[in-house]
Amino acid sequence: MANWIPLWLHKLGSPPIFYRFAGLLRPWMLAFAVLLGAVALYGGLVLAPPDYQQSDAYRIIFIHVPSAWMSLFIYGVMAIASFIALVWRIKLAEVVAMESAPIGAAFTFITLVTGSLWGKPMWGTWWTWDARLTSELVLLFLYLGVIGLYHSFEDRRQGARAAAFLAIIGIINVPIVHFSVNWWNTLHQGSTIRILGPSKMSGDMLWPLLTMMAATKFYYLASLFGRARVDLLAMESGKDWVRKIAEDEAAP
Amino acid sequence: MSSFFAMGGYAAYIWPAYAVFFIVLIADFIAPSLRRRRNLRELRSRLARQTARQDRVTRTPPASS
Amino acid sequence: MSQPSLASACTAVLRRDLTLAWRRRGDIAMPVLYALIVTTLFPFALGPEDALLQRIAGGVVLVTVLLAMLLALDAMFRSDIEDGSLEQLVLAPQPLALMLGMKILAHWLGTALPLMVAAPLLAGMLHLPTAVMPVLLLALLLATPLLSLLGAVLVALTAGTRRSGMLLALMLLPLCVPVVIFAAGAVAAAQQGLPWLAPIAWLGAALALALVLAPLACAAALRIALDA
Repeated sequence: MANWIPLWLHKLGSPPIFYRFAGLLRPWMLAFAVLLGAVALYGGLVLAPPDYQQSDAYRIIFIHVPSAWMSLFIYGVMAIASFIALVWRIKLAEVVAMESAPIGAAFTFITLVTGSLWGKPMWGTWWTWDARLTSELVLLFLYLGVIGLYHSFEDRRQGARAAAFLAIIGIINVPIVHFSVNWWNTLHQGSTIRILGPSKMSGDMLWPLLTMMAATKFYYLASLFGRARVDLLAMESGKDWVRKIAEDEAAP
Repeated sequence: MSSFFAMGGYAAYIWPAYAVFFIVLIADFIAPSLRRRRNLRELRSRLARQTARQDRVTRTPPASS
Repeated sequence: MSQPSLASACTAVLRRDLTLAWRRRGDIAMPVLYALIVTTLFPFALGPEDALLQRIAGGVVLVTVLLAMLLALDAMFRSDIEDGSLEQLVLAPQPLALMLGMKILAHWLGTALPLMVAAPLLAGMLHLPTAVMPVLLLALLLATPLLSLLGAVLVALTAGTRRSGMLLALMLLPLCVPVVIFAAGAVAAAQQGLPWLAPIAWLGAALALALVLAPLACAAALRIALDA
């Protein structure tokens, strides 16, 4: 009776069914992302009052922090999917892991760029060798390594499995890097900058931030579904269901 | 309105940050649909070649005999 | 048919790899030469003042050794893949991790050991104080096997791909950041007269962990990369 959940999950793992499922959900996810994003932007850019310390410059927080959060969250999803892909050899898990990597890299890149655009007026420098910034940079390299390794194999599934292994090594590495850079900073006694802005945020600033976080989550799902669909088509290009799609789309 | 765009003097930092955010995400969103169209086009031409070859194979024997 | 014992299999792999390395002595000299060239360029780029060179000496030697090792890393399994002996090793009844551990040891002896012999010379060229030299050597003694072990896992992952040294560098960079930080940190601390034991201890702990885990990871990675 309670059997339908594993059964449903099992069915979802089959490429044609996931393809249709993702195709149905994707527009909704995108709509949620755009709607929530618009609300968050209005709240953050227009409604929220200027900060008493940073005046209007703090408004970068509404994209910077959600992006930073997503960069870590997507790495976590990628590592979990990689683990599933390696242990149970589920094709869909490989696709999810490998198609998460470019999205995660995009968010990491956004985090680094918006962070330095925020850092320049606030700390007077584009870049500082702080533990968080350095870890984020290392995260970008990890993403790029996973993407590069995936694409360097001729066989896609083999590449996915190798890159999944690298992703798992990487997730062990991130906390180590964070810890070691922290230690390194105490050794060098460099310019100590407080990264965390106001420790207590007023509600006017908090709700756009949380809304934006939800919007980025939905965006990730929408983008992941789109990418996974393309990847499944490419992987299964010999199968009948893909041929049917190819022929149907040629009609108009 | 212009004071909104000036962002208290920080416009030079805030608007590029938002521009990067949107440009990168839009590029990330568009890239797979371009790839999808290319893949499907390749698949269709491959299928067309296959059916052409099959047609030739089925048609040639009676002509040669 | 009697199986050869584990110890004899290990020594056989080790002896084979060392013999191969010895036959190609020119390849052993290459990383050392590379490190020498890079170290020579630094004074030209930064100026010959003693104080400046002393301050950067430890870091420059460590980074140079790391880059030289990266140069040689690509070749770790290459000839074995080309002549198929690596697949023999995968199919052998002995545990693959142990055999790979022997190969990594041979590779370390062939590339990192010459670099460590050359390191005092490189450090001397940059006027590193003699008192700091033992700390530098100790840091290198712990950091180079760590890099060999970590690098071996990544090389195994790329075993089935078209050759790309740049990809290996990209993949190794995140892993070697902590190694460089602690190794260079120990040397810098010793130079400032601060206690340097803590970073060395961290390196040692990491090495102990890597000695156990890296060969296993390497074996798993190789199995992924080779099965088609």
